[in-house]
Amino acid sequence: MSTPTVPMRRRPIIGWGLHDGLVVARRNLIQTIRVPELLFFSIVQPVIFVLLFAFVFGGAIPIPGADPSAAPDASIYRQYLMPGIFGQTVAFASAASTVGLAEDMHRGIIDRFRSLPMASGGVLLGRTFADATRQILVLTVLSITGLLIGWRINNGIVDAIYAYLLLLLFAYTVSWVGSWIGLYMPNPETAQTAGLVWLFPLTFLSNAFVPITAMPTWLQPIAQWNPISSLVLATRELFGNPTGTIGEAWPQQHPFAYTIISCVVLIAIFAPLAVRRYRRATAR
Amino acid sequence: MSDIIVAVGLVKKFGDVVALDGLDLRVPEGTVYGLLGPNGAGKTTCVRILTTLLKPDAGAATVAGFDVVKRPNAVRRVIGLTGQYAAVDEYLSGRENLRMFGDLYHLAPGYVKERSQELLERFDLADAADRSLRTYSGGMRRRLDLAASLIAKPRILFLDEPTTGLDPRSRIGLWEVIKDLVADGTTVLLTTQYLDEADQLAEDIVVIDHGRVIAHGTSDALKDQVGGDRLEVIVDGREAVVTAVEALRPLATGEVLAEVADHRVVAPVSGGSTVLVDAIRALDAAGVRVEDVALRRPTLDDVFLSLTGHAAEEES
Ligand SMILES: Nc1ncnc2c1ncn2[C@@H]1O[C@H](COP(=O)(O)OP(=O)(O)O)[C@@H](O)[C@H]1O
Ligand SMILES: [Mg+2]
Repeated sequence: MSTPTVPMRRRPIIGWGLHDGLVVARRNLIQTIRVPELLFFSIVQPVIFVLLFAFVFGGAIPIPGADPSAAPDASIYRQYLMPGIFGQTVAFASAASTVGLAEDMHRGIIDRFRSLPMASGGVLLGRTFADATRQILVLTVLSITGLLIGWRINNGIVDAIYAYLLLLLFAYTVSWVGSWIGLYMPNPETAQTAGLVWLFPLTFLSNAFVPITAMPTWLQPIAQWNPISSLVLATRELFGNPTGTIGEAWPQQHPFAYTIISCVVLIAIFAPLAVRRYRRATAR
Repeated sequence: MSDIIVAVGLVKKFGDVVALDGLDLRVPEGTVYGLLGPNGAGKTTCVRILTTLLKPDAGAATVAGFDVVKRPNAVRRVIGLTGQYAAVDEYLSGRENLRMFGDLYHLAPGYVKERSQELLERFDLADAADRSLRTYSGGMRRRLDLAASLIAKPRILFLDEPTTGLDPRSRIGLWEVIKDLVADGTTVLLTTQYLDEADQLAEDIVVIDHGRVIAHGTSDALKDQVGGDRLEVIVDGREAVVTAVEALRPLATGEVLAEVADHRVVAPVSGGSTVLVDAIRALDAAGVRVEDVALRRPTLDDVFLSLTGHAAEEES
């Protein structure tokens, strides 16, 4: 009997799961660099949003809580808008995970990954790491755009770092949700649509672009408990941007804590669901 | 010799479709085992179960002694899989692909580097090693796919229709590689719809259709099952046909058939090429002028047709 022995790696300190996750993340990030068109459009889209909202709707949306006696000032809306755009952008990071996994399944590479003696969460860790990491670049470009149109960081660098970290945590969280959806997709084309369709109501039912007080009363509780609202509100507070009227609900009163709790709970639900689904995922 | 793959009564259903209907397999170590069947016969489903990608609805299987359902990771450590479609990353280079899979097998980094180079050279990819796969041809992708499944020197290699879609030259190249692997002691389970491929590569062949084994044996045994060799003689006139039938009768193992209009005589025979010599002598002695003579072995196509009632490569 021939049992060829091949030299194995020693178990890394970070453990095999994380090791495999980083290997797959490296692969996904190399992909990002090799298909610059995709990265380009994922940056251009939110930038267009910024310009549209700032210059088309800017004056039309009054921000309660902003000094009413002051002259109407477009820059107040722009200060209000930027954290909303940040929140929407990181939420849309999940769509990349949905499409990425659907493509991997379609191409059959998931079958190969599953036939390897790797950690079963490795592929998904790699996917979510990479998709969240990409947001660092997107947020950088967006921030520069914001600064150019009059958005400012008013509370100092430490709070700003907290704001960015919170946004990245949220991107990472929704990547798990997006991954779970992606593993159910029959093909990449369906994933393009399904990855986005739930994000529009979610982001528009929040304070991202319009103050919650401007919504119909029956929608207000939903918007107040929407984690995107708390993310955006926490970010506004940390950047020292106008917040609009803050609601009565607990998430509105404690947006930072509520956002972190939401992220932890969502990951605790969707990561195991996605891993379970991954174990059965096959091509076609 | 021990059986390295054992499957007993595998059943797999997809809704109403019964993909596997009680499939049994025993693959001896160190051989090439051919799983032959038309499109939709259940070949891929069988490979997916044996490579831990799919759970059977009933039945059990072991690979290298490990149960595929209970010990999937133990199985994964000793197998390599090349699926029906090239499962490599489009955007990475050939070398980056091999490095990634080597890392995911948890091989030592130095070894991965060495082994990648060795495989890239062996598969004629050394020049393209650092180019993105988007510049690769179908044959190159296939070869890289195979290289990826060999990175950890698996004891058992599963190849699901490895040459489907390849041009004839790449196909023959891949056959050579597979033969080399078996010479090194690797066990190969190969699925194919191409009868000549099974004939070329596999010592043992199971023919499956509708998720069931319908025949099993060596290529020669399967051919004998359909009937042995046939001697076909074309003579130079209608009158000679009768004389030829008489002359060949003593050599035949069954009834000698005559197709008078074609001046053709067909005799079932055994004994290989010596029969050919005897037949020519007998015909010569009887004064028959022969225009053409051939010893025809049944092909696996004949086997398939006689077993299933339909040809192997037709789309179902
Ligand atoms: N994931 C699946 N969902 C539904 N039907 C499937 C699936 N996989 C295979 N089948 C069906 O099972 C049968 C066997 O398929 P397969 O194992 O792919 O055959 P082969 O590889 O021999 O062509 C076919 O009828 C096919 O349509
Ligand atoms: Mg198949």
